[in-house]
Amino acid sequence: MTWQGWLQIALYLAVLTALVPLLGGYMARVYMGQRVVLARVLGPVERLLYRAVRTNPDREQDWKQYATTVLVFSALFWVVLYVLLRAQGILPFNPLRFSGAPWNVTFNTTSSFISNTNWQYYGGETTMSHFSQMAGLAVQNFVSAAVGMAVLAAVIRGFARHDTDRLGNFWVDLTRTLLYILLPLSVIGALLLVSQGVVQTFTGSVTFTSLGGFEQVLALGPVASQIAIKQLGTNGGGFFNVNSAFPFENASTFSNFVEMLFILLIPAAATYQYGKMIGRPRQGWALYIAMMAMLLVGIGNAYYQESRATPALAAAGVTAEATADSTGGNLQDSEQRFGIANSTLWAATTTAASNGSVNSAHEAYSGFGGMTPLVNMMTGEVIFGGVGSGLYGMLLTVLLTVFLAGLMVGRTPEYLGKKIQAREVKLVAIGVLYMPVVLLIAASLAIATPAGKKSIYDSGPQGFSETIYAYTSQTNNNGSAFAGYTGFLQPNAPGNDGATGITFATLLGGVCMLLGRFIPLLAALAVAGSLAAKRPAPAGPGTFRTDSPVFLVLLVGVVVIVAALSFLPALALGPIVQGLTNQLF
Amino acid sequence: MRKDIVGSLVAIVLLTVGFGLVYPLVMTGAAQVTFRDRANGSQVERDGKVVGSSLIGQDFRKPVLDENGQPKMDEDGNPVLEADPNWFQSRPSQTGYSANVTFFSNLGPNQQDLADLVKANLDAYLALERQYTPTLTADGVPVDAVTSSASGVDPHISVANARIQANRIAAVRKAPLERVLALVNRYTDGRALGLLGEPGVNVLQLNLALDKEFPVR
Repeated sequence: MTWQGWLQIALYLAVLTALVPLLGGYMARVYMGQRVVLARVLGPVERLLYRAVRTNPDREQDWKQYATTVLVFSALFWVVLYVLLRAQGILPFNPLRFSGAPWNVTFNTTSSFISNTNWQYYGGETTMSHFSQMAGLAVQNFVSAAVGMAVLAAVIRGFARHDTDRLGNFWVDLTRTLLYILLPLSVIGALLLVSQGVVQTFTGSVTFTSLGGFEQVLALGPVASQIAIKQLGTNGGGFFNVNSAFPFENASTFSNFVEMLFILLIPAAATYQYGKMIGRPRQGWALYIAMMAMLLVGIGNAYYQESRATPALAAAGVTAEATADSTGGNLQDSEQRFGIANSTLWAATTTAASNGSVNSAHEAYSGFGGMTPLVNMMTGEVIFGGVGSGLYGMLLTVLLTVFLAGLMVGRTPEYLGKKIQAREVKLVAIGVLYMPVVLLIAASLAIATPAGKKSIYDSGPQGFSETIYAYTSQTNNNGSAFAGYTGFLQPNAPGNDGATGITFATLLGGVCMLLGRFIPLLAALAVAGSLAAKRPAPAGPGTFRTDSPVFLVLLVGVVVIVAALSFLPALALGPIVQGLTNQLF
Repeated sequence: MRKDIVGSLVAIVLLTVGFGLVYPLVMTGAAQVTFRDRANGSQVERDGKVVGSSLIGQDFRKPVLDENGQPKMDEDGNPVLEADPNWFQSRPSQTGYSANVTFFSNLGPNQQDLADLVKANLDAYLALERQYTPTLTADGVPVDAVTSSASGVDPHISVANARIQANRIAAVRKAPLERVLALVNRYTDGRALGLLGEPGVNVLQLNLALDKEFPVR
């Protein structure tokens, strides 16, 4: 660890925090239907979209109608995306003449992008045409992110309103998210990235003879436009297989800073948006502080652990000391220009947010260092989490905490003055506990069956960790991987000819991603629906404050305890074993 | 429900056209106008021919010859390569420095395979550089020189790594050491804004400059 490393981390967190009220306040305006500057330009497009989908923007939906529209829209988009990806061989913008990927891999990929996960069994530059990347995958980067953010807006309205069953109009929330939040930020981001050397072209590739006399092929494409939204929308699916480690996807240390900022920007700003929309900014900041506290632990752990040699590096006799002219640390599968500080900061933020893009391979991290990404996801992606989904997941956890606190002191639990009753608590339990249940069943199946073991790459406990990581990532809609774990065999890369998918891993993972997306989404909407109908009671002297330090300790405690009770045995068998020993496998 | 289906289908078409075609096309146009070279991969030319991208690392090894002067092959039928002493060497690559088929090594922290691989890299590095830097020990070898990068085409090496290799380059190319070190210095990309990231020496650009100033005779 170096002082320059810590300074960069501090700068990152400072810039992020400074942007939270700016963007959060703006997002609140967008969702409260207030006029924003961009409406002068994009207002006609907004109104055109309402006419095209035949919605009256002033007519709001109750939670069931809202949920139905979300489900129908997502299901139909799933079908369209699946067909588009399978048919890429006959579609345009295919300079390298790739045919479609096998059906099972495409099932996984489609579920992955619809659910805002962006888990990738395929390698982008070796399997996807430019058309599939742009008109298929990058569209979902926008749309799946916007769906999450729209649902969050509806859920917040449920908390904020009273004596109503109306949560908003899905089409309005979706459209305004896309036009006024995601599009302008993506345009700025894409231009910043191109200025650093991230490519943006329709040329397929350039072949030449290198200085040393070897043939080298540069894979090119419309990358920057896709990477900007991939980072902003907590998507994470890269244009290239090695994601933001590849220089054409993340060219410089400055582009790296921008991309990292984009990972947490919207999820962090959502806390302020929430405070603003419920009329209690302190409540938003309280959630921000709880999330930030958990994030800091993960950053510190990863940076500390990865600054040392792993058992394999130590056994080889390599020194990992940082010196004035050498970064030191575990640089295996990491880039020199990012070093340890920026690799681990990225790893912590990309898994805290359910982003999942990477600029170094998490699989190469030491046992304990690799626990930062793994445990971040195991909290249920509530440390900022995915755009939209992170905060509505956290709000479910808040209700659980209020309920537990109520049990402890023997009072009826209430939040924002509204009584939390049996119906809400049941829904919260489903929304919080489905995750460990789905994840552990899936991972157990994958560990215990021969079909599941086909995907494992590394030997010993690392192979177990790969499996746990894969289903943790997919169930929590993250998308990062211990990437030795595979569901796609491609003997003649580049191209899909002769390639096959591992049916077990692709289908199980796809199902995990869909459940992981839509169960908490529906639970949160249902809770919001019932909270919207309640009338808040004025706060009295016995009211339990939910913006106090005591509450924040309780809240973090609940997150940690739920995760620890669910996953400690699994963690002990993989990363902890490797962290505690120098043994090689 | 029926209304949702119709609305969704219309929205799917419009959003795919808007965000899948118009947005990337407009961004490509804007990028090609404002940052043409960078948008096309920061290609580097020499004598009018493309020889690389300044962002993408290259292979600076050469085939190992057997006793008959033929290239030695490994069991998979690929030529065995070793560092070419005339060039600054890039970081080891798990992909053969491929810029169109990329993957991580994905070897975990406690894997014997990784230890063996790094040990082999370390031995090779020491064997080559000790001829020119006799005081070099395993303790003094920077970690970037013996670990594979994430992209497989890391364009940079650490300054410490480049300084060790400079002794060899100066000897082999019969160049004054201080001139070689000055070139190392010139092609060191510092931290962005003086703060972000880690300094790294751009190997391709350094080798190009080297060839110009001290060509191999």
